[in-house]
Amino acid sequence: MSDVQNLSLIKSIKNRKSRTPYLLLIPGIGWLFFFFLFPLSTLLATSLQKPAGASPDDGFLPAFKVSNYSLALVEYYPQFIRAFTYSAIATIVCLLLAYPIAYYMAFRARKYRNLMLVLIVAPFFASFLLRTNAWKTILSGDGFVVTFLNSINLLPQGRILNTSIAVIAGLVYNFLPFMILPLYTSLEKIDSRLIEAAGDLYSPPSQSFWKVVWPLSLPGVVSGTLLTFIPASGDYINAELLGSINNKMIGNVIQSQFIDLRDYPTASALSFTFMAVILVMIYLYIRRAGTENLV
Amino acid sequence: MNTVIKIIREKTLQVFSVLILFYLMLPLLVIILLSFNKPKGRQNTSWNEFSLDAWTNICRDQTICRSFSTSIQIGLLVTIIATILGTMISFALIRHRYKGRGTTSLFVFLPLATPEVILGASLLALFLNIFIPLGFWTILLAQITFTISFVVVVVNARLAGMDPRLEQAAMDLYATPFQTFRLVTLPIALPGILAAALLSFSLSFDDFIVTSFNSGRIVTFPIYIWGAAQRGIPPQVNVIATIMFVGSLLLVLLASLISKSRKAKV
Amino acid sequence: MVNSRPKVEDLHLVNLTKNFGDFKAVDNLTLTIPAGSFFALLGPSGCGKTTTLRMVAGLEQPTSGQIKLGNDDITDLPPYRRWVNTVFQSYALFPHLTIYENVAFGLRRQKASNIDDQVKRMLELVELTSLAQRKPQQLSGGQQQRVAVARALINEPDVLLLDEPLGALDLKLRRQMQLELKRIQTEVGITFVHVTHDQEEAMTMADTVAVMNEGRIEQMGSPVQIYEHPRTVFVANFLGQSNLFEGTVAGVEKDEIAVKLADSIIYVPTSSTEIRSGRIVVGVRPEKVKIVDQGKTGLPKNQINGSIKNTAFVGVSTQYEVETNWGLEISAFEQNVDPTDLGRPGQAVTIAWEPRHSFVLDPDEDLTAGLDPTWTE
Repeated sequence: MSDVQNLSLIKSIKNRKSRTPYLLLIPGIGWLFFFFLFPLSTLLATSLQKPAGASPDDGFLPAFKVSNYSLALVEYYPQFIRAFTYSAIATIVCLLLAYPIAYYMAFRARKYRNLMLVLIVAPFFASFLLRTNAWKTILSGDGFVVTFLNSINLLPQGRILNTSIAVIAGLVYNFLPFMILPLYTSLEKIDSRLIEAAGDLYSPPSQSFWKVVWPLSLPGVVSGTLLTFIPASGDYINAELLGSINNKMIGNVIQSQFIDLRDYPTASALSFTFMAVILVMIYLYIRRAGTENLV
Repeated sequence: MNTVIKIIREKTLQVFSVLILFYLMLPLLVIILLSFNKPKGRQNTSWNEFSLDAWTNICRDQTICRSFSTSIQIGLLVTIIATILGTMISFALIRHRYKGRGTTSLFVFLPLATPEVILGASLLALFLNIFIPLGFWTILLAQITFTISFVVVVVNARLAGMDPRLEQAAMDLYATPFQTFRLVTLPIALPGILAAALLSFSLSFDDFIVTSFNSGRIVTFPIYIWGAAQRGIPPQVNVIATIMFVGSLLLVLLASLISKSRKAKV
Repeated sequence: MVNSRPKVEDLHLVNLTKNFGDFKAVDNLTLTIPAGSFFALLGPSGCGKTTTLRMVAGLEQPTSGQIKLGNDDITDLPPYRRWVNTVFQSYALFPHLTIYENVAFGLRRQKASNIDDQVKRMLELVELTSLAQRKPQQLSGGQQQRVAVARALINEPDVLLLDEPLGALDLKLRRQMQLELKRIQTEVGITFVHVTHDQEEAMTMADTVAVMNEGRIEQMGSPVQIYEHPRTVFVANFLGQSNLFEGTVAGVEKDEIAVKLADSIIYVPTSSTEIRSGRIVVGVRPEKVKIVDQGKTGLPKNQINGSIKNTAFVGVSTQYEVETNWGLEISAFEQNVDPTDLGRPGQAVTIAWEPRHSFVLDPDEDLTAGLDPTWTE
């Protein structure tokens, strides 16, 4: 075939080429559509169902029982509030702990940076449950930490385990890497010569930080905050392993409603409400930051 | 005076960072240590005496090893499928300009931002409503769903850093689009794809919340641990966790050594 | 030999246009590049030269127009079906392949025979035989550049496209490579199309230079032609420097036109323009004017008086800025023969030049076209 005769074949190949992105996307996005988006709608449907009989074993019927929501919220709003409170505290503590180390890695530790990154990510290679459970050992009544703190009378209840402190401490530990990594990514992009320029223009180091570094690191702060606060507020493992009955979070309630009590409508109503709050937060974030650089 | 303040500030920063690293490592040390422990009763939460018993008799309790192998099987399948689907999405996002890129980005981001309880709960609601029995396959479907987004993030990072001119150069040198992909794009993207695969496996193996909502009677390794948490976690669990941890760490170190040697200037 | 075409043919660009949304990157370009010539496409950034090159390579689709090699229309052919190869600005060497494999890449795709022989010969040509098994990251910039050229040349294309390939090299290396490329082109006889913003480079290497601006060709010709006889203000200002004078035609005498400039009269040959009355722009390059103390005799016919505003000793020459008494600024370059005779600011001087060294431009054009943007803009 001469080049000129190839023309119609080439033209048809060209048209196919512009369809490539869509062909690539169909399997993955299709999967997410069916197994992520669609289930959320079934969750909504389930949240409106009514009981078929007196016991959960009788199952549920499709309905429009909006009162599921009001009943669930009235009953369980303390756990909602507690979840967001614990999570907010944990997020702030994470930010305070993560910023210095992220700063150190970005601006100072040239040689050890990669080693530090590996160490920060390393905990993910060990079982999450075992790690959380390990705090039971570390914070146990006859362990080193508690006996030390008791000797200087810092513990009002004489213990850490089975208090809200333990749960929050667990959340901080589990989600700290989620705060460090985005912060580090953001800080690492900052040209250190900007700080030098600030110094050249009479700015003392503290001001250079607040006026130059901090504003430029905000994308990392925001994304780290989101990636910490949202999963932490839905967590129930820390509360279960390290807390007492008074420390239950909304995640615990949803889990027990679904698995133990099998009250699917109530559980779904709670889940959906929780999801709605999360979506509002994500929406506000996207309003500021746009969708291009999400993933 | 200024230099003294500066030195103090620098040292504090250094010390603080080391302390944080130590804080992150602490539970790992506890896990590893307790694998060498012979617990007094059922609870393996405090040190009793040194023993290699757990290491030499890992599968004394069959359920532990069965749950481990279940997790491995699921992990491998999830890795293969999620890596392929996620890589395809990543290529579409990074290498092509098309309408709706922002929406796709958002759509892929949502599972990452959704709490695991919601992910698990919604999938459970789905399976219940369309009457799919809970078990091995529902676990698989559930895990793939949240893993895809992680794959996209990792492969994106690798692809975004790749010079688009390389593919143009290949075509300029008589490579068809398929040859370009096979000979240039894929080899260069491969480290990212492998990293994504490793991450997928870790996420799958260690997943508890989403899995527990959709597992029915199947027991994965984390589900076993959770069940044993109240009664007492046998040290064999610590042994397996230690092996997995050290293994993964070695893999990562090996990979970074290989890439360093490739980049070495002679 | 894999390229089985019998001989190298002319490259024709016909009414080639490329729009990016509202932006006209290449505007109705028609151009013939003779087979076997070294052709330079010269212009400032954003003028459309790289876009044109990419369209010839097949890496960019024209909005309209045609590209033909001889009689074959290649406009719709994908890059892997054109006998055209590119040397990219950033080299675009495959980082995961050795130098050997990089150079062999094109031949392998064409399933050529004797690949090993050809690669070895090409590596010898560019003097990189000892580095054949290294990876691109291990080579210096100059070495990488030679690999990029080798990788393209080995396929014996009809046209070799070079996209500012020498930009990243330091001055000495650049000069060396300019000579190398010129030598290779003469030996091999392939058409080279070289895109650059460096006018020295274009004029040194090319047989024909086309000056591009805002998607269009301003003027095309041999380096001497376009330099000595610029036909637009842009070319006059972009290539070297020009003094441009706006005046009115005072009369026509035999084979010269008299032009009134404030209180002076200067002359241009009638052969240099069609204009016989009205407004006219006369240009002369600074190196073609003499600068002497006022009052000297025996000077060329065109004379303007003024005083020195600035002097700059550049080494090979002294560059003067002279201001006339009606505020016009004239540049004069004096070749450095006896630097002891430098003029001083304020000194009264006469600028003089032969009428035949002048060129004439369209009076309706913007006289600042082609100049570097300044802070005052």
